[in-house]
Amino acid sequence: MSAIEQTAAPVGDTATAPDGPAIVRFDHVTHWYGNVVAVNDISLELGPGVTGLLGPNGAGKSTILHLLSGFLNPSRGSVTIAGVGPWRHPDVFRTVGLVPERDSVYAFLTAREFVTASAKLHGLPDPKAAAERALELVEMTPAADRAIQTYSKGMRQRAKVAAALVHDPKVLLLDEPFNGMDPRQRMHMMDLLRGLGAEGRTILFSSHILEEVEKLADTVQVVVAGRLAASGDYRTIRRLMTTRPHVFLLRSTDNRALAGVLIKSAAVQGVELTKDGLEVHASDHGTFTRELAKVSRAAGIGLREVVPSDESLESVFAYLVGS
Amino acid sequence: MYNSTVAWITFRALFGRKRALLFVLPALVLILLTLALKGAHGTLADWPALVLGRVGVGAVVPLTALLVGTSVLGSEIDDNSVLHLLATPVPRRDVIISKCIVSALVTTLFAAVPVLVAGIIAQGPHSLAFGCFLGAVLGSIVYSCVFVFISAALRHPVIYSLAYVALWEELISTLVGGAKYLSVEQWSLGLAHSISGDNNLGSHLTMTPSLVLAVIAVVVTVFYASERLSAFTVRAD
Repeated sequence: MSAIEQTAAPVGDTATAPDGPAIVRFDHVTHWYGNVVAVNDISLELGPGVTGLLGPNGAGKSTILHLLSGFLNPSRGSVTIAGVGPWRHPDVFRTVGLVPERDSVYAFLTAREFVTASAKLHGLPDPKAAAERALELVEMTPAADRAIQTYSKGMRQRAKVAAALVHDPKVLLLDEPFNGMDPRQRMHMMDLLRGLGAEGRTILFSSHILEEVEKLADTVQVVVAGRLAASGDYRTIRRLMTTRPHVFLLRSTDNRALAGVLIKSAAVQGVELTKDGLEVHASDHGTFTRELAKVSRAAGIGLREVVPSDESLESVFAYLVGS
Repeated sequence: MYNSTVAWITFRALFGRKRALLFVLPALVLILLTLALKGAHGTLADWPALVLGRVGVGAVVPLTALLVGTSVLGSEIDDNSVLHLLATPVPRRDVIISKCIVSALVTTLFAAVPVLVAGIIAQGPHSLAFGCFLGAVLGSIVYSCVFVFISAALRHPVIYSLAYVALWEELISTLVGGAKYLSVEQWSLGLAHSISGDNNLGSHLTMTPSLVLAVIAVVVTVFYASERLSAFTVRAD
């Protein structure tokens, strides 16, 4: 049994909405770009609250969001929002707000013009009032009369969020919403999204940064290589990520002797002699890194190189799916 | 049907790009050519019909419509800003109709009006000038719909639109007898000829088939462009 199956929704089962009735449903959805499988047999249900879509770059997060917003047609399976398939149904945007990842926006407009235009396109009865409310929500009122092309990336992002929120949607989809934001803007956006989730809206945002998801999301959907690798409470998934074995490559003045010393440590699961040095599998990253220098010095062995070989997020995700 | 917000954004986008400077170039060439020929030949020769027909209706109108028509939608699709327009409940048909209207109006301003001006420079307020102007307006409308359709249906719309003008309008429709019935240039010249009665325009059609075929072309291209935009997909990175 893989690590995921022990602790979270097994791959292939439907990841269910944690609170309230599901409004967003993926039923065995697969999507190909030509011969490349971008999303592979994903089933999930999302209800009110904030859900993080976590995965490395290229995992299929944007594809999932585009399938939800009707900009891609599932090759297999079905996607529904409030019972309606979004593909070729623009009316779904009465319920859905979308914040695309790409920094493509009508840069020649001011934020006020952009958000007001969005309100008009949604057919709101008082587009100016709706635009002011949305700009206020994202703290963009003071800069709202400047052309978007003069904004920082974070400000552009907030203008896009205001345009997506202007019609008060029940479902908000955000593709990497924190890209380019400074810490204060990020915190404010997190508070905003948390508040919207607490009001009963279904918020789904994608991120490849674990800490963002951890701070904001009630639940997490982990996507790796187009598959739903884990689903559920972020604490469970986080624990998996921190207790996974960490691999270090070491070179020392006496690799064989160092291997003998390290294998006695409780923080070390295994040691392997390679032609360049040692490959150490540590079960506890913190304890191992603290002990390494101490035990090698005590044994009279000089450390020449210590390289953590699997620190990338991809390797964490790869561990999660047991590959 | 017509959405004023879509049209407003389209206008702003159209004139917010440097490409808008190119819109005046074909018209400028036409006016300068007309002034030069007027200086050389006066109003006696048959050059006005050739210039207004071949250069004005046959080249300035399609080139301007190409520049404008591929900008109103193709540029937004290229830079993905169209996502903000499509992430709204506005029917895709309304988006297409609004963009076609903007394209037709701007093409009329930058191509058909210069044809009228060139005609007046050549012969004064004569029926040839008004005939060619109305023919150019018809061409502005139909070409706009064709190029918006190409933008909605194909990547790299400028290349396909250029190929359409060069191969179909300028080559095949002049060499293959039946192709004249499917040539926007011929429909425009058919209308211009019916109004002006000038046989030097090189028209092969009369007014009724020209107008009927133009209306069919507008309906078909708007319909299929709407269908294509309804099935708009985001490209994989």
